[in-house]
Amino acid sequence: MSLQATTWQTVGPYFKIGLHWLDNDNLAPEGVSGERVTIQGRVFDGDGIPIPDACLEIWQANAHGKYAHPEDTQNKLLEPGFTGYGRVPVDREGAFRFATIKPGPVPGPDGKEQAPHLLVSLFMRGLLRRLVTRIYFPDDSRNARDAILNLVAPDRRDTLVAKRAGSQQGTLEWNIHMQGEHETVFFDLGA
Amino acid sequence: MKRIAGYREPYPGTQPPHLHPPYVSSIKRAPTKPQVRIPYTLSEVTGPTFKPDIVSPKASDLTRQHSGEPLGERIIVSGRVLDENSRPLANTLVEIWQANAAGRYLHEVDQHKAPLDPNFTGCGQAITDSEGRYRFVTIRPGEYPWRNHYNAWRPAHIHFSLFGPAFATRLVTQMYFPGDPLIPFDPIFNCTADEKARNRLISVFDWESTVPEHALGYRFDLILRGREATPMEE
Repeated sequence: MSLQATTWQTVGPYFKIGLHWLDNDNLAPEGVSGERVTIQGRVFDGDGIPIPDACLEIWQANAHGKYAHPEDTQNKLLEPGFTGYGRVPVDREGAFRFATIKPGPVPGPDGKEQAPHLLVSLFMRGLLRRLVTRIYFPDDSRNARDAILNLVAPDRRDTLVAKRAGSQQGTLEWNIHMQGEHETVFFDLGA
Repeated sequence: MKRIAGYREPYPGTQPPHLHPPYVSSIKRAPTKPQVRIPYTLSEVTGPTFKPDIVSPKASDLTRQHSGEPLGERIIVSGRVLDENSRPLANTLVEIWQANAAGRYLHEVDQHKAPLDPNFTGCGQAITDSEGRYRFVTIRPGEYPWRNHYNAWRPAHIHFSLFGPAFATRLVTQMYFPGDPLIPFDPIFNCTADEKARNRLISVFDWESTVPEHALGYRFDLILRGREATPMEE
């Protein structure tokens, strides 16, 4: 028998009540190996106004390029204490910030390695279903060969690559623009 | 090289668009450029997993989270989580949140002049059992006004959030109640074109889960995306 997937509905303005208990702005507690990074940014609407009621969910591999999930059968190390999942709401100024490690590369659609990346689900009041995007890392030569980045028009790829934030070591900036000149690239996974 | 099996496409019209102008908040927040279609990789077919002990057994009874009982009509909301191939999804995290019986959320942004209930937070979690079943005890949420348009009222609803087996199977939705006269007027309910898909968001009154002398039961099954058949070796 075949069923149809349940229809999405918006998280609405009050999702904090239900989702807050799982908020986590540090994906990589002490003892987890890898290059430490802090990623910060803001979420802007079509008028450039910060969105105060949005929430990001992060999904990523560990520093060895291994996902903590049964479907990842690669012969790579798992890191106890690293789930790869984070739930990060924005504050009243539309700003978010979380600490993690730069993931190792994972296999891509063509059998070649993908450049290190984080997956992001974006939820907010006004979004009838989530949006999906990715964060890539600056100054990584693997970005140029990444099969997914190469599906994106060249002039929009920079919306997916975090930038170094000033002089702060290990701090990256990545902003989300829902609309406008710098509209972030979102991906279609079929729904 | 084995290609990775993805997840099934939605039947046309059964999922909302990003832009639905009658829901005014979508106008400045929906992306204007087409989304970029990408093939499935290991990144999208994996996803967060949760150990059952992340959720306390008490977290599924929203009427026992404080010293007293919340006001309102006690109800039992239960159902199964399946995929589109009718397989029950065990060990899936289900999160819910809702307004209290007066139609007020325990949230600083909610300024509706209806009383808060010191005995009701409006937040619950459960992990599905081996048959994909979940069960919450709560109170029936109230309808409440919002400012989307003149005299706009949200029908009574409970928000649901589910993960499923992969990043690709994430679902956030809302459950409605049968017979609610506000449903036909609600732009959020109506954002999905397919009428049958919309109507599946309305729970069903359920004698079987109704507990005599205690609480009415409502049944709400949730269907997450099913896996495509595994592709042949290339």
